[in-house]
Amino acid sequence: MAGVHVSTTINGDPVEFVCQPGEVLLDVLRNRIGLTGAKEGCGTGDCGACSVTVDGRLVCACLVLGAEVEGRSVTTVEGLASGGELHPLQRKFIEHAALQCGICTPGFLVAAKALLDRNASPSEEEIRYALAGNLCRCTGYDKIVRAVQAAASELATDATRKSGKASGSKSGRKSTKKQVA
Amino acid sequence: MKYEAPTSTKDAVALLAKNKGSAYVLAGGSDLLVRLKGGFIEPDLIVDIKRIGAMQEIKKTASGFRIGAAVPCVAMGESQALNKAWPGVVEAAKLIGSDQVQGRCTVTGNLCNASPAADSVPALVTARAKAVVVGPKGRRTVAVEKIPAGPGRTTLTKGELIEAITLPAPKPKTGDAYLRFTPRTEMDIAVCSAAVSVTLGKGGVVEEARVALGAVAPTVVLVPAAAKAIIGTKLDAAALDALAAACRAACSPIDDKRGTVEFRTDVAGVLAKRAAKVAYQRAGGK
Ligand SMILES: Cc1cc2nc3c(=O)[nH]c(=O)nc-3n(C[C@H](O)[C@H](O)[C@H](O)COP(=O)(O)OP(=O)(O)OC[C@H]3O[C@@H](n4cnc5c(N)ncnc54)[C@H](O)[C@@H]3O)c2cc1C
Ligand code: FES
Ligand code: FES
Repeated sequence: MAGVHVSTTINGDPVEFVCQPGEVLLDVLRNRIGLTGAKEGCGTGDCGACSVTVDGRLVCACLVLGAEVEGRSVTTVEGLASGGELHPLQRKFIEHAALQCGICTPGFLVAAKALLDRNASPSEEEIRYALAGNLCRCTGYDKIVRAVQAAASELATDATRKSGKASGSKSGRKSTKKQVA
Repeated sequence: MKYEAPTSTKDAVALLAKNKGSAYVLAGGSDLLVRLKGGFIEPDLIVDIKRIGAMQEIKKTASGFRIGAAVPCVAMGESQALNKAWPGVVEAAKLIGSDQVQGRCTVTGNLCNASPAADSVPALVTARAKAVVVGPKGRRTVAVEKIPAGPGRTTLTKGELIEAITLPAPKPKTGDAYLRFTPRTEMDIAVCSAAVSVTLGKGGVVEEARVALGAVAPTVVLVPAAAKAIIGTKLDAAALDALAAACRAACSPIDDKRGTVEFRTDVAGVLAKRAAKVAYQRAGGK
C-alpha cells in the first residue's frame, strides 16, 4: 500500500510524516511522531482520551485520518506547557488531585483548554457538558470539575491584572517602562 | 485503500464514479471511521470532501440557507442567523455526540448514515430541508426525507454525493423544536425522538405544521396525520392528545436493549406534545 506524505504543524512546529491512508491521527502521533500524550481508551470516539485540536477545533484523534491533517495545525497535550512551565490547568489538576491512573488526564486537559479558550468563565454545568465526551473511571469527575474552575479563576485574575496594566494611565505606562529599563 | 481529498465537487464526483470497487465519502468520519476501524467496511477509496470550498460554509441565500456538506455541527451552533431562523434544527444538530464529535460531525453525514435514530434528521424534515445531490448525470434537489431508504441505506446512486443541505427562510411566526429521549443527558443515542414545526396565523391559530419522529421506524418518518391534528387549533389539550395519538399510530419500532415497542410508542407521543408546545412558543404563540 502506498503511503501518504503529509506536511503539517504540530504544537507550532512544522512536521512531515508518511502514513497509511487508513491510519488514524492518534496512531500517527503516538507511533510515528513519538507524542504519546494522547491515549487510546476506546478507539471509537466515546472516551475522549485521544482529544487534540485540529485548526482550533476539539476532536478525537482516533476518528481523524493522519492524511486529513495535511496543511492543518494540530495541538496535543504536549503543547500545553510553555517554556517548561505547566499550564494553569495542569497545575490545578495536580493541586486538586484531579487524577488517579492518569489515562484520561491528557484528554481532559485538552478538552478543558478548548472550553476555556471559548468561554473564560464557564458555570459548573457548562464544564460538565463540555467534558461529557471525556470519560474517567477513577476520579468520579468532581475533582476534575474543581480543578477546571480553579484554573479558570486563576486565568481570569491573570487577565485582569494584564488588562489593568494595559489600560493604565500614561504615567503608569511610563513607570512600567522605567522599571523595564 | 486510497485516500483522495479533491478541491471541487466535480472532481469528487468523477473520483467516485470512475472507482471500480467500494468508495465512500468522508465528511466528519464519526460514523465512517468507526466502521472502517471496526472492519465493517473495506473501502477501496475514501473521498474526503473537507477541501471543497463550496461545502465548507453556511450561506444565507435569497431563499434561505445553504449548509455545505462539510460544515461541522459546532459551526451550525455558532451561526446566529441559523439559530434565529431554525432553532429546532440547530438544537438537534448540537445534540449529536460530544464537543469532540461536534467538531467533526455533519448533518449531511447524519442523514447519509441513514440511522433511524439520527438526531438532526427529524428536525431537518420538519423544516422542509432539501439535499442538493450531485452525480455523474448532473444535479438534483430532493427533500431530505427521500434520502434514507432503510437502516444504513440511502437512495443515492453510484457516484452521487450531497453537496449541501438547503433550508427555506422561515415564514413569519414560525417555530420549530426537537426533543429526544435518552437515559443519559449527553452522549447517547435516541431511544425515540420528535420534531415539530408550526406556523401561526391570526390569533395564534396553527396554520401550518409538520411533525416527524425518529427511532420508531426503519427511517425517520414524517407524520402528516399528526400535523393535521394541530392545524386550526391553538394547541389545546384535545389537539395535543390527538397529535400524540396520531404519532403513536405511525410508530413501528423495534424492541431492543434501549427500549421496548410499547415504551418507544408511548414516549414518541409524549415527546411530540412537548416539542409542539416549544415550537408554538418559539413561533410567538401563548
Ligand atoms: C461518540 C459518538 C457519539 C455519537 N452520538 C450521536 C448522537 O447523539 N446522535 C446521532 O444522531 N449520531 C451520533 N453519532 C453518529 C455520528 O456522529 C453522526 O451520525 C454524524 O452526524 C455523522 O456525520 P459525519 O460527518 O461524521 O459522517 P461520516 O462518518 O463522514 O459519514 C457518514 C456516512 O455518510 C456518508 N456521507 C457523508 N457525507 C456524505 C455526502 N456529502 N454525500 C454522500 N454521502 C456522504 C459517508 O460515506 C458515510 O457512509 C455519534 C458518533 C460517535 C462516534
Ligand atoms: S480513544 Fe478516541 S475517543 Fe476513546
Ligand atoms: S484518572 Fe483513571 S481514568 Fe481518569
